[in-house]
Amino acid sequence: AFLLTFLSAIIMLIFICFCVHFQNTAGQFFSSGHTNNWAVLVCTSRFWFNYRHVANTLSVYRSVKRLGIPDSHIVLMLADDMACNHRNPKPATVFSHRNMELNVYGDDVEVDYRGYEVTVENFLRVLTGRLPPSTPRSKRLLSDDRSNILIYLTGHGGNGFLKFQDSEEISNVELADAFEQMWQKRRYNELLFIIDTCQGASMYERFYSPNIMALASSQVGEDSLSHQPDLAIGVHLMDRYTFYLLEFLEDIHPASKSNMNDLFKVCPKSQCVSTPGHRTDLFLRDPGSVLITDFFGSVRKVEITMEAIHLTDPILQLEDGPMSEEVQEKTYSYVDQLPVSEIIHQKPKQKDWHPPDGFILGLWTLILLVFFKTYGIKHLKHIF
Amino acid sequence: MAAYVNRCSNLLVFIFILSVFLFVDSQQTTPVNEQHTNTADNPQPAAESATQTAEEGRWEATEVDEAALGDSAADKLGVRASDTFVLTPTPQPKDDFQEELVIRPLHSGDIYASFQFRTLWETDFMRENKVSHYRLFPKSLGQVISKFSVRELHISFTQGYWRTMQWGQPFLPSPPGAELWVWFQDSVTDVDAAWKELTNVLSGIFCASLNFIDSTNTVQPSASFKPLGIVNETDHRFLRYATLPREIVCTENLTPWKKLLPCGSKAGLAVLLKSEKLFHSSFFSQTVHIRPVCQDRECKTTSWELRQTLNVVFDLHTSGQGKREWSLFKMFSRTLTEACPLASSSKIYIDVTDNPQEEYFELSPATPLLSQAVVLGDRRTFSVYDLTQQVTFGTVRSLNLLIRWKSTEGSMLRPLLHAERYVAGYGLQTGEIHTVMYNNHPFRSFPVLLLDSVPWYLRLYIHTLTVTSKGKDNTPSYIHYQPSKDRMRPHLLEMLVQLPPHSVTEVTVQFERALLKWTEYTPDPNHGFYVGSSVISALVPSSVAMDTNITQEQPLFSSFFPCKEESSYFVRVYTEPLLVNLPTPDFSMPYNVICLTCTVVAVGYGSLYNLLTRSFQIEEPNPRLAKKIANFIRRIRGVPLLS
Repeated sequence: AFLLTFLSAIIMLIFICFCVHFQNTAGQFFSSGHTNNWAVLVCTSRFWFNYRHVANTLSVYRSVKRLGIPDSHIVLMLADDMACNHRNPKPATVFSHRNMELNVYGDDVEVDYRGYEVTVENFLRVLTGRLPPSTPRSKRLLSDDRSNILIYLTGHGGNGFLKFQDSEEISNVELADAFEQMWQKRRYNELLFIIDTCQGASMYERFYSPNIMALASSQVGEDSLSHQPDLAIGVHLMDRYTFYLLEFLEDIHPASKSNMNDLFKVCPKSQCVSTPGHRTDLFLRDPGSVLITDFFGSVRKVEITMEAIHLTDPILQLEDGPMSEEVQEKTYSYVDQLPVSEIIHQKPKQKDWHPPDGFILGLWTLILLVFFKTYGIKHLKHIF
Repeated sequence: MAAYVNRCSNLLVFIFILSVFLFVDSQQTTPVNEQHTNTADNPQPAAESATQTAEEGRWEATEVDEAALGDSAADKLGVRASDTFVLTPTPQPKDDFQEELVIRPLHSGDIYASFQFRTLWETDFMRENKVSHYRLFPKSLGQVISKFSVRELHISFTQGYWRTMQWGQPFLPSPPGAELWVWFQDSVTDVDAAWKELTNVLSGIFCASLNFIDSTNTVQPSASFKPLGIVNETDHRFLRYATLPREIVCTENLTPWKKLLPCGSKAGLAVLLKSEKLFHSSFFSQTVHIRPVCQDRECKTTSWELRQTLNVVFDLHTSGQGKREWSLFKMFSRTLTEACPLASSSKIYIDVTDNPQEEYFELSPATPLLSQAVVLGDRRTFSVYDLTQQVTFGTVRSLNLLIRWKSTEGSMLRPLLHAERYVAGYGLQTGEIHTVMYNNHPFRSFPVLLLDSVPWYLRLYIHTLTVTSKGKDNTPSYIHYQPSKDRMRPHLLEMLVQLPPHSVTEVTVQFERALLKWTEYTPDPNHGFYVGSSVISALVPSSVAMDTNITQEQPLFSSFFPCKEESSYFVRVYTEPLLVNLPTPDFSMPYNVICLTCTVVAVGYGSLYNLLTRSFQIEEPNPRLAKKIANFIRRIRGVPLLS
């Protein structure tokens, strides 16, 4: 017994030491000031030749999921189905690398908005949280003022706009206003905005809300270029910027110390052909102190308590005694799937009231009778 | 004490014998011993000889089988025994899970695999106190049932079209795209609101665009889609039916579907469900059916059945590399190593009806178990592999079924009923929908109920509706037509038609294409607009007596549609969806108009305005350089400048 108490005392001592150590490191641990992570990943392009935009979005999806953001915290919007497209020689896959090396579609993808659902309206509604009440949780961005949000957009754009599905577009002013609305509604703590599109820098130049860091694949007046043509699939697999972004993110692991300055160096002009841009003036912290995993990873913070927590009463299984003893009198039965005679004799339900047969005829007879009774037959000439 | 033991052992023996008979009756499972294989020319004599031959053979078989049957048979026995004796051995589990895979080699060389998963739960969702303890039944669906007071829910996602002429009837039909039909409890007051909310919730659960179901594509059939579960009375006001023929089905729909299974995709048959293989196929369909079923023979209490099925047809040429050889590994890129530990039964059935002597294909490893079941009006023989038995997996501890064809010829199946549909006509103003139904039975006529739901932008001319068979008018005995309202509801046409024997019945109706508003066009309007499949429900004459007792233990795939009479079986056939082109405006026209107008304004009006408003002055030309210099010199000299 003595040995046991001695051992337990030693274990306690070690434990307390660890706890102290944890508490010391905890301050630095919580410095980013966020308690949850969200990601909104949008591909706005339709049609097979825009395969690369879907692959772009899915590669970011793959990275954030790998770094720990669960599907319930990712809103994935894909404007077209490339994986099960009839032109895809290998269904249920989307490749980001040549020779079918990396399948970014995976075996457990969950797409929240797809096809015609990807519209400017839905995108802005997701951001601002003004959705119809019956919208399921998986289609909502349920962030709060402690949330770090990653927003990734890709598609075809121009100076100051981004096209959605070739039929509508969002302008940089609308986007900036949406972010301001999010800020006022306390829907984010910090926001990282990445856009891979032609003249991408024009999309973030109108932002004015605090705590936004923005990156774009190209400057105003520049095109973003594609990468990796594949002969089997017949189209380009990725855009240059996202390709090198994915390459960079593949080396990140949940404990990485890489910061945003490393992210800004991704895809220099020699690789991208376009000039990637970034904007940090709205962001309060120094980009060098912001970890990549603050946005691409998920916080898993554990608080250590010294107190024992007593659960309330153990969960009791509800006994359904009286219910099962109660003998139900009525007997159920399966119905006939095609009750021919019943269908034939089914009376059509008349919703509107109809006068009985002959009512109208009788009314006219009455009118005529009264008429002749009053005026007689000879006065007919006054009528005709 | 001794007497008690004696009685107990008597009781056990009795139960054992009872189980033997029950099992033999219900499943007609016969052992094919090695001595008997030479007598097994076709399944019937084999069965007879097996029943005639030694009693000990049957004993052996049942000893193997009883363990195979597992809990379900024991439970049934417990129920039956408790009627006579007051003896309930163990508390019965309130829920039960079964899994099944049926493989049917098709004559075309393709292969049809059908997964069936069934969770039964003896609970009542409609009770006052909410159901809060879930074991096998998925909580997400349980909450949906109790929140929206759903009585029945049937949902299917299908990629590809089931080719009845080549493949015969599927075990469970489904139309291309998404289909949803729901029976609500009669306590629901606002059915439309519940329906709208339910579709939104389901779209979240299944990652599908079911939220596009609204009043413009929802109908309320008056005679089709009778409830499949038990019910007291049917009032069609509580039924809603909708299809989305354009719905894409891909991995993101399969992922949440797999999560509903008790073992997920971690163990059991579900490990075979890898999306890369499943979607590389000619036909893929996944469904979820929830309905109340009888708990026992008396049918006074209900239990809830969740049935998940997944049907897939692998194409010989695209995925079989042209060789007539199939294996589990080739189909699913996985082999089986264990049954789902939560399942009370886990079996693989292989349809060997056409192959009693292995003349068409060869099956390895061989199995001693055979089973017969009446499926779709035909008695079929199946080889059964029981995954709850370690013997099945052999010494390598993995099961990789191999089917190797011996002959290459295959004949076309002649299904008794099939249907097709197409759009006729030319131009973008009018057209005609043709629905053709074939009755291939040589001497029996049978009734079919046709349901057509056409979107409002095709304006049906209902006076042009004709139904002809064998060149003569065939007057439907029941017609229900609900005209459409623009942007509000679709057309609904239901007809009960008698199909004469060996005939082709054609239903035609003309329509006019409506012009949509600019914003109502989809982002890719030139692709066309889809019209959902017609649904044909029929009572097809059966060649063998159907099993009318649904509570009896049957393989899952043969026990979905309840059967009321022995002479015919119920079947539902879906036609192709239609792709109709609507007149699409030139969407760049406003842009062109703006450009043209601006040009005209700038060039024409602008120059005229310029001419009218400007004042013109003659401007002095600049003095020449020489003159400037001369003037500069003259200024220094004080002489008057040159002008």
